[in-house]
Amino acid sequence: MANAKALQQPLGLRLTSAGFLILWCLLAAFPIFWITVMSFKSPVDAFSPNPLAVIFGPRTRAEGNGLSIIDIVLGLGLLWLSFRLAFGWLPRMVDRFSRPGTIILGWIIAVMGYALTFVLVFFVLLPVLLAGLNAIAGTLGQPIIGLTTENYRAVWVENQFYRNFINSMIVTGGVVTISLTVGTLAGYGLSRSGSNLAFWLLIVALVFRALPHSVLVAGYLPVFINSAEILRPILGDAAPTLYGQPYAVIAVLVAINQPFTIWMLRSFFQNIPTELDEAARVDGCSHFQAFRRVIMPVMWPGVITTGLFSFLLAYNDFLVASLLLDAQNQTMVPAIASYFNRETTTTDQVEAIAAAVSITAPLFLLVMVFQRQIVSGLTAGAVKG
Amino acid sequence: MRFKTFAAFVAPSLLMMLLFIAIPLFSVFTQSFYVTQPIFERVEVESCTPGFPNPVCTTRTSSRPKLDENGKTVTETRFVGLQSYRNLIQPDRVRAAVAAGSWSQLMTIDFWRALRFTLFFTLVTLPMVIVLGLTIAMAVNNAVRSIRGPVIFISLLPFIITPIIGGLSIRWLFIGDGIVTRFMEWLTSQNISMFSQAWTLELMMVIYRVWAVAPFAFVIFYAGLQTVNRDTLESAIVDGANRWERLRYVIVPHLMPLIIFVALIHLMDSYRVFEEIIAFSSQSYVISLQWLTYDLLTPDQSGNRAISRASASAMLTMVGIVILLIWPLRRTWREHKGRT
Repeated sequence: MANAKALQQPLGLRLTSAGFLILWCLLAAFPIFWITVMSFKSPVDAFSPNPLAVIFGPRTRAEGNGLSIIDIVLGLGLLWLSFRLAFGWLPRMVDRFSRPGTIILGWIIAVMGYALTFVLVFFVLLPVLLAGLNAIAGTLGQPIIGLTTENYRAVWVENQFYRNFINSMIVTGGVVTISLTVGTLAGYGLSRSGSNLAFWLLIVALVFRALPHSVLVAGYLPVFINSAEILRPILGDAAPTLYGQPYAVIAVLVAINQPFTIWMLRSFFQNIPTELDEAARVDGCSHFQAFRRVIMPVMWPGVITTGLFSFLLAYNDFLVASLLLDAQNQTMVPAIASYFNRETTTTDQVEAIAAAVSITAPLFLLVMVFQRQIVSGLTAGAVKG
Repeated sequence: MRFKTFAAFVAPSLLMMLLFIAIPLFSVFTQSFYVTQPIFERVEVESCTPGFPNPVCTTRTSSRPKLDENGKTVTETRFVGLQSYRNLIQPDRVRAAVAAGSWSQLMTIDFWRALRFTLFFTLVTLPMVIVLGLTIAMAVNNAVRSIRGPVIFISLLPFIITPIIGGLSIRWLFIGDGIVTRFMEWLTSQNISMFSQAWTLELMMVIYRVWAVAPFAFVIFYAGLQTVNRDTLESAIVDGANRWERLRYVIVPHLMPLIIFVALIHLMDSYRVFEEIIAFSSQSYVISLQWLTYDLLTPDQSGNRAISRASASAMLTMVGIVILLIWPLRRTWREHKGRT
């Protein structure tokens, strides 16, 4: 055991390492935490020179929007409870009530039902209950932290941000579905072929991955704007103008994403032993049947991980959507650029911050639920590729 | 697997890439040699103002875009050869600047300004990302097992967040009298304005990029640290290697393939630097190559897009990325040949 002792680190080093870790976590989380806090304050508080004023929001409180101690305690308790339920009770219920083979459908229904209940309880039931409690509680019911959801209401209701949200969902949903379908086929083919052709395809895909997206968009733009005239000889009067169409953006993002998808899926497929294919082939499956009935059922973790990264690419995309979509069909991320470009008053700025936090919230949930898959996806490419 | 089955599996993906990557690349290449412009016609306009005894009339020729019967402007596409490239690179002004030995004169040309920043950004962030990622990975590896999960969760946030939003969240800390700016003003007791000169903007962009990419490097290095051979470490201790030497001669060589991988990915991604320019609204001080193409593609006040010059700039950007990739690709090719 002398070795274990020799590997042990002196106290100073351990303290430095722990201190550094704490510092890093603060740095990593602080900007996101801070804009979340700002987004709940009235403009005067959000851009106040005093950090304490930003956190406690005296102006917001003076306007009558605030949280009392009861609000905070009950709210946090409910959040904690719903968190526990989501990660403990919900998976068990899904397991019990969904038949084998319909587990994905079961999850979709469960998550949607859960989200709906959460919204109802948290935003409808709780405020009514708390209003009553605060009225009878005396000092405990006095607001101590200023907090307003006015900015969110302005963004989502007045500025109709939900339109952008729907467009984002259409684009990301389309991109994830199509790029996984096309990508799994190609990834499987590439992983099971050792030929030089397969190698060259992968190399070309790597070069394509490195291309700046604006290079490609420069190629699409003139074609998409004039597509009605170009396609008229083939399609007649039904020829569409592709510029401004979400499905054109879906096709473009799928293609841009394809090199990355096939690299990642290929490395997941390579982890599945070829003996499995061979056994299926011996039992009389064709290649495609072996792929569908034997390989795909064990590939779900890889598919989910790759799907996550496709989602991120489509959801985070700014460049393609801002150049190929017009203002009516804009997705969320480019829409926010118009916000901070016209920022003239602090109200506009706070609204831009609220929009930014709205965009970040789904990503936050995503990391929370799929942390393991994201980490495995990052390392899969590195260790194998 | 027979070739036919392989082809059937790969065909849809290949078709997508051919249709939406290879063909657009080719069309960008051809577009860069042509210019599409509205045809202008010169018309004589006589305008008269009342006067005594005769109205004062002046005739001047003005040019206006020619319209067809539907009221649309008529355009023509002309072959211009390398003219778009020349408009972009401006060889005459470069020669003048070099002759005068003036760096600042060279930096007044958009293309060279963008190229300088893109290369500077790529080369500066690369070592910072690798060192920071490695440090976090080793610190997490040192930490108690139970806190590793939450630390990884927090670390993933900057990486997963939408780049524009990440940039904006840093911008809001600094802009105007943001709290970080105020804190620095309090420390140095002078007025600081982070958005009115190039170098502070570049500094913030570098900070943002390192903040956003270090988690990626960290996760990969952390996975690599789990597979360090303990026997080698222990024999290094027996041989009397101190901590630094163990890091230098055992751990870093073990992680070398991963470091190269991270460097390669980071090279590709930071060469595409673009979102920072939008998030920090830095276009009047700092621009990047991809932003230049983007800007040329965006309609200007009169609604025209400079497609030809954008294509030329796109081609030049691509040449750059190919040059950057030659070395890693040659290495992969040699490994592949070694395996078969």
